[in-house]
Amino acid sequence: MRILSLIIVILTAAVLIYGTLDMPDCANPDTPASQHVSPRYVTRAMEETATHNIVTSVLGDYRGYDTLGETTVIFSAGMACILILRKRRRQ
Amino acid sequence: MIRAYDDIIVKTIARILTPFIQIFALYVIMHGHHSPGGGFQGGVILGASLILLFITHGLKETKKRITEKGIAVLSSLGVLIYSGIGLLCIILLGNYLDYGKLSKLLHIVPAEARSLGILGIEIGVGITVMAVMVSIFLNISTGGTLLEDEEDNTR
Repeated sequence: MRILSLIIVILTAAVLIYGTLDMPDCANPDTPASQHVSPRYVTRAMEETATHNIVTSVLGDYRGYDTLGETTVIFSAGMACILILRKRRRQ
Repeated sequence: MIRAYDDIIVKTIARILTPFIQIFALYVIMHGHHSPGGGFQGGVILGASLILLFITHGLKETKKRITEKGIAVLSSLGVLIYSGIGLLCIILLGNYLDYGKLSKLLHIVPAEARSLGILGIEIGVGITVMAVMVSIFLNISTGGTLLEDEEDNTR
């Protein structure tokens, strides 16, 4: 059984490593991910949002809807914690 | 169960450090435009300063300053500020969360309005994160009772 698990792990690792061979090089500017919206963020974030920190302008402005979802997730986590754990005083 | 920590050194150091931690948290929220930081990080630091007070000064003493109802209101207020800024942009004939339209209201160029809009939502995020951190800490550490009935809670 142990041998079988070892073989499965090695096979899975081999498949995953084979999958990474097709991936573009690290920090290659010609990858599709770096050609779509990233140049716009890098070149025009300062004039469009007047914010030096591009990360903040992407999080808060270009991807504002995403951050609203994150905040709602945190809010729901807090509400779920209250709903599950809170015990009211017995009357 | 959180009792006041019975040590004058711990209590005094926590009391002296708390305002500085909170000012640093506000700095992290406000300075998210120019340096690493923002609503999430600053909110967590702000929540940690309150949790430090709860640990060192006990639940009974600290609950005089921040109540359970206040925490619940604050955690919804943050989301309300965020989505309210988004709705304000719709009212000003823009898309949802399109802060550039706030320039009509504030009489500044759209880029500056976007910067201010980001600051507004960061403040909302910070308030929510702070309140939720404190709320989760209180509920887990007291087993959900929040020590309402101190006398029959002898654990």
